[in-house]
Amino acid sequence: MTEEINELIKNEYEAGFVTDVESETLPPGLNEDVIRFISSKKNEPEWLLEWRLKAFHVWKEMDEPTWAHVQYPEINFQDVSYYSAPKSMDDRPKSLDEVDPELLKTYEKLGIPLHEQAALAGVAVDVVFDSVSVVTTFREKLKEAGVIFMPISEAVHEHPDLVKKYLGSVVPQKDNYYAALNCAVFSDGSFVYIPKGVRCPMELSTYFRINEQSTGQFERTLIIAEEGSHVSYLEGCTAPMRDENQLHAAVVELVALDNAEIKYSTVQNWYPGDAEGKGGIYNFVTKRGVCHTNAKISWTQVETGSAVTWKYPSCILKGDNSVGEFYSVALTNNFQQADTGTKMIHLGKNTKSTIITKGISAGKSQNAYRGLVRMNPGAEGARNYTQCDSLLIGDKCGAHTFPYIESKHPSAVIEHEATTSKVSDDQLFLCQQRGIDVEKAVSMIVNGFCKEVFKELPMEFAVEAGKLLEVSLEGSVG
Amino acid sequence: MLSIKNLQAKVEEKDIIKGLNLNIKPGEVHAIMGPNGAGKSTLGNVLSGREGYEVTGGSVEFLGKDLLDFEPEERAREGLFLAFQYPVEIPGVSNLEFLKASVDAVREHRGQDPLDSVSFLKLAREKCKAVNLDQNFLKRGVNEGFSGGEKKRNEIMQMMLLEPSLCILDETDSGLDIDALQVVADGVNSQRSVDRSFIVVTHYQRLLDYIVPDYVHVLANGRIVKSGGKELALELEEKGYSWIDEEVV
Ligand SMILES: Nc1ncnc2c1ncn2[C@@H]1O[C@H](COP(=O)(O)OP(=O)(O)OP(=O)(O)O)[C@@H](O)[C@H]1O
Ligand SMILES: [Mg+2]
Repeated sequence: MTEEINELIKNEYEAGFVTDVESETLPPGLNEDVIRFISSKKNEPEWLLEWRLKAFHVWKEMDEPTWAHVQYPEINFQDVSYYSAPKSMDDRPKSLDEVDPELLKTYEKLGIPLHEQAALAGVAVDVVFDSVSVVTTFREKLKEAGVIFMPISEAVHEHPDLVKKYLGSVVPQKDNYYAALNCAVFSDGSFVYIPKGVRCPMELSTYFRINEQSTGQFERTLIIAEEGSHVSYLEGCTAPMRDENQLHAAVVELVALDNAEIKYSTVQNWYPGDAEGKGGIYNFVTKRGVCHTNAKISWTQVETGSAVTWKYPSCILKGDNSVGEFYSVALTNNFQQADTGTKMIHLGKNTKSTIITKGISAGKSQNAYRGLVRMNPGAEGARNYTQCDSLLIGDKCGAHTFPYIESKHPSAVIEHEATTSKVSDDQLFLCQQRGIDVEKAVSMIVNGFCKEVFKELPMEFAVEAGKLLEVSLEGSVG
Repeated sequence: MLSIKNLQAKVEEKDIIKGLNLNIKPGEVHAIMGPNGAGKSTLGNVLSGREGYEVTGGSVEFLGKDLLDFEPEERAREGLFLAFQYPVEIPGVSNLEFLKASVDAVREHRGQDPLDSVSFLKLAREKCKAVNLDQNFLKRGVNEGFSGGEKKRNEIMQMMLLEPSLCILDETDSGLDIDALQVVADGVNSQRSVDRSFIVVTHYQRLLDYIVPDYVHVLANGRIVKSGGKELALELEEKGYSWIDEEVV
């Protein structure tokens, strides 16, 4: 049976192709001049350049973290190119019709027919192609509601006060090595602002894509939900096949002011590397949100891609009665390595957090959950419930759980449950005996295992997520 | 329907089936009895193509085809059904979803269109009722937390949905209370037809009062050592297996 599974997980990565779009790429290397170049390319104000340079100096003094349960060859950050933009950037398209057909074809290959998707699902799509946003739709409709949804590079010019106030307010420059790097060289990303009391009329969605050889991707996303507002944000990515490892170090900051709610969903399908463990994306992400009084932040992630994943979407439960949630599916196969989890920092009274994670390991992959639940001295009556489940497929993979619990308030309640199970030969044989082939059986079992998390995904995204998982299961698990 | 000639098979390097012959015609019900460890379940596993059960000799013809050529799922789609002695749980996968995938696979193989969800649900509910299982069982995980008897009835329900040509029931009666035994037997009897055959593995003559077999075989030490009509079961009930061993020797 193991043999058969090994066969199945050898299938090719479906999104493996490179689009031929001429792009303007900076030669590899990182120094002050590079940062000045990036900043001037974007006509950034002086304060932002200064901010970047400060981060650069902070970063230079830091060391790459080594505590994660992942192994990869040392990255030479001077070999990375820190800027690339599609040529068509200069005369930016006003509508989809004006978009470079090559780009659109790329999305179609990925099964994302943009026109249809935007129209049918009522989703506003801020597409990031490499480092620059090239298409933004539905902006008008959002405008009516007062919602701002635009590339952060534009927000810097159009809403400088907001950007200045909140950029780096949740993830400070010196937070960690990759975050500091991102601050110095961030390319582009999304900016979202939901005014007081507004319920965002549609799901906000961004597709990310890496397309340039050895181009680092440094997304920067900032979402601000004013008092009593509500927004659901969807992030999905997939990358073309290549041999060289690519660095990805994104930063996402969420601010949920009093009584606000932010739901942030991710489906991540970066190129995982081939069956021999060659290539693949290195994904070092810092995602964090801060919840003010009665606010709620909910992270849902489906992680199927990348060679190395280092990612801990976290919540700082600052305000009383605030709520943090983390729902995660992380699937690894072949030689993929994932070290992912969350941090729930309880500061306010009666704060509540829920962590549900599903780790699936196949092939020779390593899958680790790492989670911190901290109850600070002020966290009276705070509660956490954590459930970590691991599923092993085959016998050459590994699942690991590293829960860290720190409780500094006697009334805080922390519950932790963990299980490890295996897709057994008996289960697969039962399926086969009922006419179901192994590939379908594994997919059914894995989907069943993830059900609790999938139901947290917004409807509009479920189809896409299902498709991406299907690709991973087809190609990676069977 | 099924023709087994001098079948030999081993598990984990140990010979378990040692020259077994069996012929089953369409519509017949064959009961197989025999001591623990004789190889009854192994026979079911070998016929359904389970990995790890290696055929070392002999042949098996099923509906005119060489059964041993096929993958387990192909055998199932061709109409071979095994009701497990110990049905395994698949947590998280709903019974309904599992059954739909199963029926779809078999229908596709037969060149039929898949049933739409509504018709399928209707059909599944009907079959649930036939084996006296509450409809809630369709929503629950496959065998997840089912009692022993519920698992067995779930197996029979699957058999009814799939409409196989050959059904191997491996101790489907064990662990059933009297009422459930009746339900299962009724289920099986309702499926009896001129083009469907059964192999009923059991330790208890009682089941054969309900499902009356055309033939009874004794499987011991990897072979069929004695065959007879339904009265053989009564004889076994009375005398046990030791007299056969002597007879054979
Ligand atoms: N997967 C296996 N690994 C090792 N030994 C096995 C395996 N399957 C069967 N056997 C051995 O083969 C022999 C026959 O087992 P089998 O389950 O077929 O007996 P059975 O006739 O069904 O017995 P029972 O009446 O107890 O169900 C036993 O000695 C058993 O231990
Ligand atoms: Mg048995």
